[in-house]
Amino acid sequence: MEVVKTAIAGTLESSDVQITIEPNGNGTAVDISSIVLNQYGRQIKAIVLDTLNTLGVKSAKVTVVDKGALDCTIKARTECAVYRAAGFAESFPWGGEKQ
Amino acid sequence: MKNAIGREIPDELLVNAEPYKGNYALDGVEYTKPGPTVRASIKPQESKIAGSLRDAIVQCGLKDGMTVSFHHHLRDGDYVINLVMKEIEALGIRDLTIAASSVGTAHDPVAKMIEDGVVTGLQTSGIRGRMGEAVSNGKLRTTAILRSHGGRVRAIEQGEVHIDIAFIGAPTSDEYGNARGTGGKSDCGVLSYAMVDAKYADKVVIVTDTLMDFPNFPPSIEAVDVDYVVVVDSIGEPKKIASQAARMSQDPRDLMMAENCVRVMAATPYFKDGYSFQAGAGGPSLAVYRFLEPLMIERKIKMRWAIGGITQPTVDLLNKGLIQCVVDAQDFDIGAVRSVHENPNHYEISTSQYANPMNKGAFVNKLDFVILAALEIDTDFNVNVVTGSDGILRGAPGGHPDASAGAKCTIIVTPLVRGRIPTVCERVVTVTTPGDSVDVLVTDYGIAVNPARQDLIEALSAHKIPLSTIDALKDKAYSMVGRPDDLEFFDRIVAIVEARDGTILDIVRQIKPYEL
Repeated sequence: MEVVKTAIAGTLESSDVQITIEPNGNGTAVDISSIVLNQYGRQIKAIVLDTLNTLGVKSAKVTVVDKGALDCTIKARTECAVYRAAGFAESFPWGGEKQ
Repeated sequence: MKNAIGREIPDELLVNAEPYKGNYALDGVEYTKPGPTVRASIKPQESKIAGSLRDAIVQCGLKDGMTVSFHHHLRDGDYVINLVMKEIEALGIRDLTIAASSVGTAHDPVAKMIEDGVVTGLQTSGIRGRMGEAVSNGKLRTTAILRSHGGRVRAIEQGEVHIDIAFIGAPTSDEYGNARGTGGKSDCGVLSYAMVDAKYADKVVIVTDTLMDFPNFPPSIEAVDVDYVVVVDSIGEPKKIASQAARMSQDPRDLMMAENCVRVMAATPYFKDGYSFQAGAGGPSLAVYRFLEPLMIERKIKMRWAIGGITQPTVDLLNKGLIQCVVDAQDFDIGAVRSVHENPNHYEISTSQYANPMNKGAFVNKLDFVILAALEIDTDFNVNVVTGSDGILRGAPGGHPDASAGAKCTIIVTPLVRGRIPTVCERVVTVTTPGDSVDVLVTDYGIAVNPARQDLIEALSAHKIPLSTIDALKDKAYSMVGRPDDLEFFDRIVAIVEARDGTILDIVRQIKPYEL
């Protein structure tokens, strides 16, 4: 899946996460700020990268502003941001394209 | 070496101190109390009023390296610490130790004095805001000492802390130094924390904004212990000293936990006419009163005494006759301040009376129940109320370890997770209340009893209260939020957490910046 434009998913409410995805020339860069960074920063990074990988995103600039979201929320927000960034308007292929 | 709760205490700290050996390990120890150096005032003297704070500091002979003390009855509204420290800094005096009953966000300006070396020592029962960040980041040149409220007065009464000058903010005073917690324009109700300072400090300075006719009686601080009185424009911001009565929580989760706390209480043999009780000021703890009241009426029992930081719900039950007397070491809201003024069954006590483990028997020793919150509690029932999930000091042991150690039934009430942070965990970052004084944990996902209290397990089971185990609760929390990574610290020790008897309970190291 190719990131063709900037897109956002999620909010800055407590227990949510806001994911911004922008086109990136070469490879993927993830920037994370989180109220639980010291205890969950690496897990947040892993779930974001894992989700991008599942969706076949090869290059993207990802900005994560986390307010203590659970992994399921982070995954869902990341997916949604990718679909929007890839130009989907409806019929999001939740969970990634079936192989 | 490892102490009795399995915390590794570096040998260099054990040269002049003992590791924690258990709650009652020092019971029966004998010691001699030290006394202050007193300057006699034999000549007739009309007034002890000093021209200014600066004059009082100079006349007391404050020098580099001395220890000054403060109390926190003015809470977030306190102006006194900043006023005094600003004058001290202007006089060019350095290398001071602050021995306070608590410091918080009101004292953010003092953080800069820590960085500049004006303040190089800190002993306190609570630390928040910039002060906490400064200490956690290793800015304080010595190791801070964190003590419970009882532990703080113990350290003073045993001579481990010698206070050179006590600066006591007082809502009212006369010109001779009889000072009271009640009245004036910055009313905080009681001066419990400062009473021991006044008896043991070499010099005592009353800082007030309301001068009363002599004698200002009955006094919290007696003029016989006071060297100087300083009148300033204002000692604090009233709105932040005593908040409006906290609205009783309507959060269904808080209410469910509170109701379960009362079910636990009612299932123990201690819930009977004449019982005693303390509750913390958190939402679920306060909500306990809402469920206690109807049950006490139904069972036709009364509470003999309530203690602690006092709030409106305590006062309400006192006024309804369901509590016979209130003994008060701190007032959290306007209702409590007003009550200690007006209700003859609402008494001011000193913090030594409240909780000092090494006097001849403090009030907490006779407590039946205490209900308290926690930032974290681990599977050994150890509680942390001082370091945040980011490893920064932002809390207060306060009276938590004292009431927990004293009460026959200590109940910790806390949600299983807060946001993504698991409250029930494998190992708390910092132990402030040891697990051997915690009996029951009430969460929104279940109740666990400390296995050391088989009697309570039987009592609760007999009343058909469903019990979980603390390990199962921890697993439940981790299944929801994931197991947190361990915090990473540098080797530098920034604070010692003393047990209430002065032994070393735990240490706090300098937090390491997180790298992904």
